[in-house]
Amino acid sequence: MRRFKPFFTFGLLMAVFMLSGCSDMIVLDPKGPVGAEQRDLIMYSIWFMLFILIVVYALTAFIVYKYRDRKNHKGYDPDNEGSHLLETIWWIVPIIIVIALAIPTVKSIYSLEGPPEKSKDQKPLVIHATSVNWKWVFSYPEQDIETVNYLHIPEDRPVLFKLTSADSMASFWVPQLGGQKYAMAGMETELYLQADEQGTYEGRNSNFTGEGFTNHTFDVMAMSDAEFEKWASETKADAPELSKGQYDKLMLPGHVKEMTFSSTHLDWVDHATNAEYALDARDRLGYEEKLPHSRAAKEEKKKREEEMKKLEESESESHGDSHAH
Amino acid sequence: MAHAETHDPNTPLEYRSETGRLNILGFWIFLGAEIALFATLFATYMVLEHRIADGPSPGELFEVKSLLIQTFLLLTSSFTCGLAVHEMRRQNVKGLITWMAITLGLGLGFLYFEIEEFLHFIHEGANIGTSAAWSGFFVLVGTHGAHVTFGIFWVTMVLIQVAKRGLTPATSAKVFITSLYWHFLDVVWIFIFTAVYLMGMVTHNG
Amino acid sequence: MKWDEFFVTGDPMIYGADVSIVLTMVGILFYLTKYKKWKWLWDEWLTTVDHKKLGIMYIVSAVLMLFRGGVDALLMRTQLAVPEAKFLDSQHYNEIFTTHGTIMIIFMAMPFLIGLINVVVPLQIGARDVAYPYLNAVSFWTFFIGAMLFNISFVIGGSPSAGWTSYMPLASNELSPGPGQNYYLLGLQIAGIGTLLTGINFLVTILKMRAPGMTLFRMPMFTWSSLVTMVIIIFAFPILTVALALMTFDRLFGSHFFTLQGAGMDMLWANLFWLWGHPEVYIVILPAFGMFSEIISTFSRKTLFGYKAMIWSMLLIAGYSFLVWVHHFFTMGSGALVNSVFSITTMAIGIPTGVKIFNWLFTMYRGKIQFTTPMLWSLGFIVNFVIGGVTGVMLAMAAADYQYHNTYFLVSHFHYVLIAGTVFACFAGLIYWYPKMFGYKLNERIGKWVFWVFTIGFNVCFFPQYFLGLDGMPRRVYTYSEESGWGPLNMVSTIGGFMMGIAFLILVYNMYYSFRYAKRETTGDAWDGRTLEWSTPTAMPPFYNFAKIPEVTGLDHFWRQKQAGKVEKLKAEDIKPIHMPSNSGVPFIMASFFFVAGFGMVFDWMWMAIAGIIGVFGTLFYRSFEYDDGYYVSVEEVIETEKISK
Repeated sequence: MRRFKPFFTFGLLMAVFMLSGCSDMIVLDPKGPVGAEQRDLIMYSIWFMLFILIVVYALTAFIVYKYRDRKNHKGYDPDNEGSHLLETIWWIVPIIIVIALAIPTVKSIYSLEGPPEKSKDQKPLVIHATSVNWKWVFSYPEQDIETVNYLHIPEDRPVLFKLTSADSMASFWVPQLGGQKYAMAGMETELYLQADEQGTYEGRNSNFTGEGFTNHTFDVMAMSDAEFEKWASETKADAPELSKGQYDKLMLPGHVKEMTFSSTHLDWVDHATNAEYALDARDRLGYEEKLPHSRAAKEEKKKREEEMKKLEESESESHGDSHAH
Repeated sequence: MAHAETHDPNTPLEYRSETGRLNILGFWIFLGAEIALFATLFATYMVLEHRIADGPSPGELFEVKSLLIQTFLLLTSSFTCGLAVHEMRRQNVKGLITWMAITLGLGLGFLYFEIEEFLHFIHEGANIGTSAAWSGFFVLVGTHGAHVTFGIFWVTMVLIQVAKRGLTPATSAKVFITSLYWHFLDVVWIFIFTAVYLMGMVTHNG
Repeated sequence: MKWDEFFVTGDPMIYGADVSIVLTMVGILFYLTKYKKWKWLWDEWLTTVDHKKLGIMYIVSAVLMLFRGGVDALLMRTQLAVPEAKFLDSQHYNEIFTTHGTIMIIFMAMPFLIGLINVVVPLQIGARDVAYPYLNAVSFWTFFIGAMLFNISFVIGGSPSAGWTSYMPLASNELSPGPGQNYYLLGLQIAGIGTLLTGINFLVTILKMRAPGMTLFRMPMFTWSSLVTMVIIIFAFPILTVALALMTFDRLFGSHFFTLQGAGMDMLWANLFWLWGHPEVYIVILPAFGMFSEIISTFSRKTLFGYKAMIWSMLLIAGYSFLVWVHHFFTMGSGALVNSVFSITTMAIGIPTGVKIFNWLFTMYRGKIQFTTPMLWSLGFIVNFVIGGVTGVMLAMAAADYQYHNTYFLVSHFHYVLIAGTVFACFAGLIYWYPKMFGYKLNERIGKWVFWVFTIGFNVCFFPQYFLGLDGMPRRVYTYSEESGWGPLNMVSTIGGFMMGIAFLILVYNMYYSFRYAKRETTGDAWDGRTLEWSTPTAMPPFYNFAKIPEVTGLDHFWRQKQAGKVEKLKAEDIKPIHMPSNSGVPFIMASFFFVAGFGMVFDWMWMAIAGIIGVFGTLFYRSFEYDDGYYVSVEEVIETEKISK
């Protein structure tokens, strides 16, 4: 059928393009057991889907070609209105496919609720991750240190993230380590991740949180256990303490550079049980949200953009020693 | 249409015109939508009931006396509304109007005690902005109250039409529909009575 | 409120929009006055209760909204074409994707489908109008006013910017101050009233107004799909009504349903929104399924394969639609059991949907397929919708969804179902029933250009987005860095987007071209159709639809009559006076009061809101006292209209 040729050629090209591109895409290139389990599940499902597509396309092409209206048209049967056999087949086959997909899915859902199978006997590192427009605050309760917008984690050890938010609903996501979970004010959700390879991975909030959402990101650095312990103890010794006043300022909407402290905000507030804290802090600082189209808002936006620019400059300057902090 | 139809003498007046039949069926379906609406409000209240922040819990402030008066008034009004439709079936316009007027009176009484109760809660420091639980309470019970208020206006309008035009297939269908509406509000109240008030008081005292 | 807060200022694009809006308004006023069209407009359109005219007005509004939403889409694609673009700033971009999503779903897809349902369903069941013609006008005008209220936000007060899902607490006063979010709440609320009324109206119409002999299992598939859709509307829309009202209370009256303060619960909003939102997806897809069933059967010259299976699968889908809402937030941490249950229910929807696909394919099997434009759109639907379907099953696998959620993978998936499903159906249905509405077909040659440019553009635009998603690109970001590597695919996607824009323009040109040059239909049966709407003797049915109500003896009654050569000729002695409803200006006036009330609430001007609400109740009570039983069309007039020789 000439007129459908471009269509199928195009589809074929797309499929080739899809398969060749797989290894480059970060979700399919995981660096830890959680991400790997999800990658395996995704690939498993993709084969089923390609099978379904091929069946449907082949059948469509065949029927459309064979029964197009033309001279010497054969096999026309206007009253052909059903077939018990055929209909039974296409009720049963999809049911089988759904069962085949449901079993590994349910298995994975349950296994992802806990630490990865292979490191079950290790004690996970606990990190509290708190989202506040538009930054991430990470508290290490055991090490009694806190970082903003970056994370250090040891490799080959499960990390238990306790997620919450000071204001908007956010979603904590490090694609190369594994799938995301929401961070919500007045709630605590838990997410296990683990890195099997050293390196820096990008993490971000993936749930829309307003104006600064696009830059609501952080870096995750996975390092050896020894390096991690060294970093934690040095931070505890050298970094400044976090004051309530300083923390209040973090509660204002906006972007900040990476920060490090030798104490955590968990000493006086846990956003998982106190949803109002950030708004109270904004009140204490006399902050008022501006109407988005007012002059005042435009001025504030200009100020924010300048800050952002300065931040980027300072970050690119300190790029060489960014791991030292 | 209406004029051309022949009827079994037992067919109630409100079912004797095409429009009347369609409107009654449509209103039943509308009540289905209303059930979905109130179900959502109930679910909301159930979810938020225990989120009281620093305020009182609803069960703490509920008072049996006011609740019983409101319930008595509304249940009785549903009964008198039924009597009114019964009179309508007997072609008794005067009886219909009398019983409907009593229904309205009872409805007004219900509203009076409901508003008084709301004012009492507000006086005790529980308003719509006190906590999620109270927001849920005021909007759920308030929506019911707003329905009753609308019903009172509506029934009044329909009664005026009946007084002016007498009982016709058109006016009787309107009366019948308002009576469906009124009974529905009664049913909703029974759920509010049980799920909000009784359960609230039981949880609080138990 | 200061003037700089009332009018949106400072953006050249907005000024351009201001100017063009004013110019268009002046142009329309000038035209109406110069050609003395005011009375025509009022008598023929603003006060009409004719389901066909209301349907046309729905469709015209929907096409306008498609333009508006499409412009939004192209602005977004322009901004995303290259990394770190400066075309739009963050706030502006956020407003645009919010209005794009809201308009496309609520003010484009829904009215387009409801418009086609309005035009077609009464004709398909052999009725003279709907059960409540007056209410039908109320439905249309509340929808229209809701849409207008929502649309003026971008020049007055600023548009909502919390996404079409408007998750709390982001959409709260504290994080999204100003009228923008109120526009969303009030615009949807007012339009939602109209939708609910449509649901009741058409459910009763289909249940009670069918021609004699048309049992439920002899109804055309489009009517069946409309029936199921109306049931979903009746149970889903009240949930939206409540959810919107609660958020309105949070924003205007200080309640704490979803807020950060007062122990509000943001997750409750997400649940309520999707409890409505998922059924909503089926509200916009089931009528599409119905249309494809009609079109594929017509142009295969064959009866629908598996008629009963089609119906049962649709009922199953409708039931499931209320049991899957949690899959929109598997990542909320509801626990393994909840996620597993909702994973399975969601995947299970794939089963009846798959059954439908095979039934369509086998409707063509042993048929005589004609490649008219409606048929091309239907074939395009099968080929493309399957991609949306299988990726939907992938997304249903919760453990994998943790990686797809909030990414372009998801964006691509729902565009593959909503465009390849709903939009293709709107185009297919519009072209298919165009002769019924306007008396001539759209040009087929130009129509085929539209199809190919649009379909190829659609794939070029959205297929790459699956890979962007797997490469970690989140949805709703207004820009991205060079290093992310997302630049090239985004550029491809943008090119595809513009191709779809061009296809839309060709479609509009086709409307103009066909208006000027198309051959006028001389019979009512433009496509050799199967169902009753094609049985009217004139191309455009008269306002009373059928001079004599047909008697139906089976499925595809009209087609079988034609096959048997037994099409009934209308005889003068069969004609009786026809009862029809009178026009009324009240629905339009009522909707105008809704606008006043809505606008007042948007700006928190309570005096205005109360005035508007009093107006609404005033018109309601006015109507209650109005005893208008309609009028009779005389036998002579019918004979004259039908051009029957005595």
